[in-house]
Order: sequence, then C-alpha cells, then structure tokens
Amino acid sequence: MHITALPIVVPMIAAALLVSVRKWTPRLALDSSAISVGVASVTMCALILARTAHDGPFAYWLGGWQPKHMVSIGISLSIDPVGAGLATFAALLVTAALLYSWRYFDSIDGLFHALMLIFLAAMVGFSLTGDLFDLAVFFELMSATAYSLTAYKIEERGPIQGAINFAITNSVGAYGIFTGIGLLYARTGALNMAQIGAALDRHGTDPLVLVAMALLFIGFLTKAAAVPVHFWLADAHAVAPTPVCVLFSGVMVELGIYAVARLYWTIFAGPLHAHTEELRAILIAFGTMTAIWGGVMCYSQRHIKRLLAFSTISHVGMFLCGIGLLSADGLSGTATYIVGHGLTKAALFMLAGVLLHRFQNIDEFDLHGRGREIPWTGALFALGGILLSAVPVVTLFFGKSLLDGASLAAGYPWLPAVFVFSSMFTGGAVLRVAGRVFCGWGASKRPLDEEQAHQAREEEPEEQASRGRTPLLMLLVPASLLAAAIVIGVIPGAVPGIEVAAAHLRDHHGYIGWVLRGHVHFPPAETTHIAGYDYLYGAGAAVGAVALAALTLFGQPLLRRTPELLVRRAGIAIMAFRRLHSGHIGDYIAWWTAGAALLGGSSLIFLR
Amino acid sequence: MSRRTRLTFFGVAVACFGTVLVIGFTGLPPFGDYHGVYGQVLNGVAVSLRHATDIVTSLNFDIRAFDTLGEEFILFSSVLGVVLLLRQMRKEDEQESEEGEQEGEEEHTFAGASEALRALSLVLVPTMIAIGVYIVVHGALTPGGGFQGGVILAAAPLGVFLGGRYLKMKRIAPDTLVESGEAIGALGFALVGLGGLIFVGIFFKNFLPFGIPGHLLSAGMQPIASIAVGLEVAGAFVLAWTEFLDQAMLMSDEEDG
Amino acid sequence: MSFLPFAVAAWLFLVGLYGIVASQNLIRTIISLTIVQASTYVLLLSIGYRTGGQAPIFADIPATSNAVDPVVQVLMLTDVVVEATITALLLALAIQAHKRFGSLDPHELRALTD
Repeated sequence: MHITALPIVVPMIAAALLVSVRKWTPRLALDSSAISVGVASVTMCALILARTAHDGPFAYWLGGWQPKHMVSIGISLSIDPVGAGLATFAALLVTAALLYSWRYFDSIDGLFHALMLIFLAAMVGFSLTGDLFDLAVFFELMSATAYSLTAYKIEERGPIQGAINFAITNSVGAYGIFTGIGLLYARTGALNMAQIGAALDRHGTDPLVLVAMALLFIGFLTKAAAVPVHFWLADAHAVAPTPVCVLFSGVMVELGIYAVARLYWTIFAGPLHAHTEELRAILIAFGTMTAIWGGVMCYSQRHIKRLLAFSTISHVGMFLCGIGLLSADGLSGTATYIVGHGLTKAALFMLAGVLLHRFQNIDEFDLHGRGREIPWTGALFALGGILLSAVPVVTLFFGKSLLDGASLAAGYPWLPAVFVFSSMFTGGAVLRVAGRVFCGWGASKRPLDEEQAHQAREEEPEEQASRGRTPLLMLLVPASLLAAAIVIGVIPGAVPGIEVAAAHLRDHHGYIGWVLRGHVHFPPAETTHIAGYDYLYGAGAAVGAVALAALTLFGQPLLRRTPELLVRRAGIAIMAFRRLHSGHIGDYIAWWTAGAALLGGSSLIFLR
Repeated sequence: MSRRTRLTFFGVAVACFGTVLVIGFTGLPPFGDYHGVYGQVLNGVAVSLRHATDIVTSLNFDIRAFDTLGEEFILFSSVLGVVLLLRQMRKEDEQESEEGEQEGEEEHTFAGASEALRALSLVLVPTMIAIGVYIVVHGALTPGGGFQGGVILAAAPLGVFLGGRYLKMKRIAPDTLVESGEAIGALGFALVGLGGLIFVGIFFKNFLPFGIPGHLLSAGMQPIASIAVGLEVAGAFVLAWTEFLDQAMLMSDEEDG
Repeated sequence: MSFLPFAVAAWLFLVGLYGIVASQNLIRTIISLTIVQASTYVLLLSIGYRTGGQAPIFADIPATSNAVDPVVQVLMLTDVVVEATITALLLALAIQAHKRFGSLDPHELRALTD
C-alpha cells in the first residue's frame, strides 16, 4: 500500500515547513494547516486500518529491502489492526487537541504546532513499526517533543520542574530500553521484531533474555507510568498546557502498554511459553499496585489536573492487568478500554482546561461553586465522571466486562474487585469535583493541604484580558469525544472487530509468517458475550462512584461520628503516602531503580 | 524523602539492580567473538548492492534510512525546545533591563582573546569548514557522513566566536537563517525518502543512479541524504550554541551592570 | 578479561544512576544522565567487536576481509548526536530553573510537591 509511510512522514514535512516560514505566517494559517495535516493523517491511518481489516496484516519494507531467507535487512512497518487502530486513534486525538488549542491559546507561535505535528508522527510511527530499534527511535522522538511541550509555559515555575522530572525519568527508561535492545541483538543478531522472535523460539529462556525483557518492559512501563516508575506523570500533567495533557493521558501512556504487549507476543511468547503463569502473576502484581496506588492518590487530590493524572495512572494499572492476563479477552478488553478511556480522559482534560481558561485556577476548593456560571461544562464533566466508572453500556463498560471475564478465566477471581475499586475511586473523584465546583456542594476549604492550592493558581495566565465567555469550540470538541466514548461500544461490529485485532496481535507464529514471508494468516477469534454479572459490576461501580462522591461532599456529620483517632491516623497515613511524590528527581530515580530491580529480580527468580 | 533515606533506599535498590544487570550480561557472547548474522550479511553484500564503500553510512542513509529520519527529527525537535525555552526568556530579560539598545551595539569580546588566538582562529575556521564539507560529501566512501561532518561544520562559527567576535558570529549565522537552514535540512532528508516513493514506488527506495564504488558520485541517494543531514546537524548545533551564548551574554551583562 | 567491557558498561549505568539520585546540583544530575547514556554506547560497541576485525569501510581493503559489526556502530552514531541535543534541552531547562527558582538544588525545586 503506497501511502503506508505517509502518515508518519507528512506531519514531519509539514512541521519542518511550518518552522521555516513561521515568522511570516498568521495564526490562522498556522492553525488551519496544522489541523488539515492532522485530518490528512487520520484519513491515511484509517485507510491503512481498513486495509488490514479487509485483507489482513501486511508488512511494508522501507527502501524495498525485502527479507531474504527469513533474514531481514531493512526496516519494516509491520502493520496489523491493533497498530493501525492505535495510529488512527493517536492521529484523531492530536487533531482534536489542535482544534481545541485554536481557541484555548491566545497566542502561540508555529513552534507549538510543529512540535504537535512531530509528536503525531512519532506516535503513528511507534504504532506501525516492526523493527525494535525503530520502536526505540520513535519512543525517543515522542519523548523529546513531549519534554518541550510540557515546558511550554516557561514563565511559570511548575512547568520547568515538571519537564525536568519528566525528561530525566523517561530518558533513564529509554536507556534501559537501549540496553535491552543491545542484549537481544547480541543474542539473535537481528533488530526486526519478527526475526528476533523467530530466533528466540529456537533458543529458549536464559538469564540474558529475561534481563533483556525486564529492561525493555521497565523502560516502556516508565512511559506508561506504572508504579513505581509513575512519579513523573502527575508532575508533567499538572503543568503541561491542556491540549498536551489531552495527548499524554489519552494516547501516549497507552502506547507504553501497547509496546509491552507487542514485545511479549512477538518476541517473548515463544521462549517464555512454559512460564506463562509466573509472568502473568508478576505483571498483574505490578498492575494491581498501580491501580490501587493511583486510585487512592487520585481521590486525595485537590489539584484537578493532578487528580486526572492519577486517575490515568490507576487506569494504566488496569491496562497492565489486562495485558498481563496474557489472554485473548485480556488483550481485547484492554484495547476496548483504552479507546473508551482515551476519549473520556481527553474530554475531561479539555473541560478542566475550560476552568483554567476562565478562572485561572484549577484547585477544587478555590473553585468551589464558581462553576455555576458554566453549567454545560459542569454537565459534561459529570458525564465524564460517570463514564469513567464504566457504567453500562458505554465503551469503557465493554472493555471492563471483557477484562472481568478474562480475569475469571485466568484464575484471578479477586481482580474484578480491583477494577471496581479503580472505577469507583476515579469516577467518584471526578463526580466529587463536579459537585463541588459546579454545584457548590461540600466544604469550600481544606486547610490540611493549602499549599497545594498555590500550585493550582496560574501565575501568569495565557491571556491578559478577562474571559467572560468560553468559546463554543472548547465545549464542542470534548462533547464530541464523550459522545464517541459512549457510542463506539454499541456500534455493531466494533467490539468484535477489536477482538479480531487482538487475535492478530497474539498470533506469534502468524506474525513471523506475514512479516518475514508475506503469508497472511487469519487466527480464529471468539466473540465473547457479556454476562449478566458484568452489568451488575458495571452498575455497581457507577452507583459506588456516585455514593463515594456524595459521601465526601455531604458526609461531614458522619465524619464527626467516627472516632477522632481513626480519622487522624488515616489522615497522617494518606499525607505520608502523598509526600512520597516529593517532586525531587533523586527520589524518582531511586524508585525507578527499585522498580527495575524488582521486575528484573522477579523475572530471574520466577521465570527460569 | 530525606537525603539519608533516599540514599539508603537507593543503595539497596541499586545493589539488586546491579546484580540483575551483571547476571544478564554474563549471557553475552565473549568480547571479540560476535557472529551476528545481520552485520555479516551486510558486510558481505553492501558494497555490491549500494556501490558504497562505507557500510556504516550505507546503513545510515540507505538501508536503515527510516531510523535516521526519526533521529534527525529528534534533533530537530530538541533544538526547537531549546529555542522555545531560551528565546522566550531572553525576550523577557531584554524587556526587564533597559539596556536592549546598548546590547545591540556593543561588540562582545572575551577578556583573554589574545592576538594569537585570533590569528589561529583565522587559520582554523576555513580549515574546519573545508574538512566538514569533505566529510559530509564523502560519507559513502570513507568514515564520515552527515552527522559527523555536520558537527564539524557547526564548530566553524564557534571558532569565529572564540576568536573574540561574538557579533561577527551572529552576522555570519543569523538566527532566522540558521533556523531555516536546519528546517530545510530536515525537510531535505524526508524529501529524499519521498523521492523514492514518487519515482520508484517505495518510500526511501533508492532512485538515483549508482556510480562506481569509490568515486564521489556513487551510491545513489546517499550523498544527497548526507548533505541534507549535514545541513541539519550543523544548523541545529549552531542554533543551540547561539541560544546558550546569548543567555551567557545576558547574564554577564546583568552582572556587569 | 573478555567480560571487562561489559562490566564497564554495567558499572557506568549504575554509577550514572547514583549520580542522578545523589546530586545536589541539577547540572551534575544532567551530566550523570550523560554517563548512563555512555553505558549504552559502551555496551553496544563492545557487543559488535570482532577480534582482528577492521572497520567496515572497504575502500582500501577487499570486501571479504574480517570487519567488525557495522550495525551497532550505526545505532550508536546517530544516538550520540541525538542525545547531545537532548542534553542541550535539559541544560536549557536547568537555566530556566535557575532563573525561576533561584537555585539549582533539586531540593529547592518545590513547585510541585504533593
């Protein structure tokens, strides 16, 4: 397919052109050209996705370097439905973010647009590539543009610190990835993922392969912000411009999860076949830690963007459990959940951006009741909260049901409870914020962590003039994203399509076949039916989220009844937990080392 | 965490991580005994296939050109980030201090730029440019290529600066020109790939005629790719260094008065 | 003895991590990150080495002679230039940090605590 490389290259070319002519280009031209390139990318990725859905996955060998005798010489774009789907999704969210920033920023120069377009190219390239080193290159490209975009508001102190923490943590993760690639290259003499997989199939597991896997996984999990390498995410989200946060939470961290899944099924599934149970346990352990840590931290935040960031971390825990189940339903459930979550979280960030745009403040307590002047924003925000709790029958619900089924099938009956916890706390936190900000319910002060309120006040707003009106576009874009999040799950053929896509991702031998030999293989995909108890879980989580929010907002009398000692102890414990997120880069890298040691150590011990 | 807690925590973690790393590394083939198939195949066939004698450059600009495209744009966006971060700040500083006018007219010299240094830079700068261009253009033949040559080329304006004439450096390499040059370099490389798509149907497929291996105009699109990359790398580094030097100038101005 | 280059690579990685964790100056943290980076270069180049191999440049030597692995050199060479610019980006951030916070000690960067 001739256009295969274009969704990656066209945004890059456009970015280079924008940079060379930006001094003489009016704002309107910059915005419209960036948005049209975004739309073009979405179209091309959608065409590629259609091709894979129709004719199956295919490999595009750049430079025409076809593999000879199963030895790859060039770089391939190995495109299967999941990769193409993620690429389309990334392009879609970038276009939505660019549309939103049209009215969000009052003055940006071409550098922002150029960086966003390169970011788009990197994400598409990351999803489509079939070469391990190319994956790392696009990872670095995503990261480099992300660092600059995070530090965009350089007049404030927060973005500088956030960008530094982000940059150093992700760079260490990237060097872990390079080390892992070096180890695999030394063993197999190949850089193409299919070829590495084929070579490792012959050799089996030994410490080198296990350590390479641990290094690669911890590197990509750093991008995905799993515990304990997640500390950078809240810092970066708190300070990056809103359209950029939309992309970080909506698709960038999900790409880290995608990489782990891709690497497992393409490269490590063969040698680790005998140890599936142990690896499953390790990944689910990390995932559960992440889901619970994220949920607790999310609920205790008052800085709305940080709250949303921690909710992303909690959901990443769910993604990690989902792919960690190493099963068909686990994969398809995660993929569906990622779509629903990405759209919902993007919309929520955009709505938080409306608050920031209007009030120059993003603290839940400072904004108490002030949102009453923008009821539509409030309604959409509350809707987002309900969606996050995976209420039936939105897209998130279908993803969660698949995950519940997969957990039970894999022998983890307690895992759905973790999912419910995560949905309840993250959805409940958003609902609580909606109640406090847009309806004026609940307390208006919390002296315990007043200093967090300082971080939430914009020191220098992006515009000087007062903002009485919120531009319609800033509401239309999130509204459409939420509508999509509700509707996609029930479109006939959508979820079964995702299940077929997941089947291709899992198909280890099939992948090697169509990449290195060009033989397309269509693995069987079973369509899962939603069981009755799934509706119960979904409804339960939604009700629980509402109840939790209501309890927090109106439950002061109840609090007075509980013994003071208990309340004080709980408060101290939570504050201590929160203090771990100190903003100090040394702490973060110490945690990174611990995480790498934990993953590496457990792999060496349990997977031998 | 307090410093002591952090260091203790890290100490334990790094001991475990170090053990993991070393255990992994023991599985590596002994030093000097590597038999990877990818490298061996390429060493064997690249000369005949690409008519280039430098295999590393053939990999960089032809066989694995897509990686290089990505890397090039990493360079591009990092330097954009540096520009973003520092130029904004400089505008602020210039607004704060009233010395905006004066700064433009003074010539900044570094104390200690002796006559000997100036004379030497007069000799070195053209030499650096010549060597840089040579290395960029001969990428496919001898060790070198766009990246290496580009860095050498970027050092040439720096030589002018070291000779003690900062503003002369800015006159030789004004910001807008350098930025455009860098963007054109990045664009150029992508367009080479696009040329492959347009003329022979596959992105980054070679579409220029091969010559005789060992001659300057051989190896198809590699010299052109090399030149594009050289332009971009040179532009990127000059831009980055100018931004930092501007910052240093501002700070030393603030200190002086 | 044949394990020494790999041991050096591992050591550099660990020392770099220590530098990042223990520094009290942002510049030192960034340089320590460069050291971690260097460890990957040492690892890659050591992997590709062949005893008695020439550089993979066949201008003067016949194309069939023993040469070291060119692929790792490619991986490394673009990386060096790229990481230099990322370090530049980090240093620009450090300059900004100094201006906004008045200090380069990570302990003093307190805009984002929880």
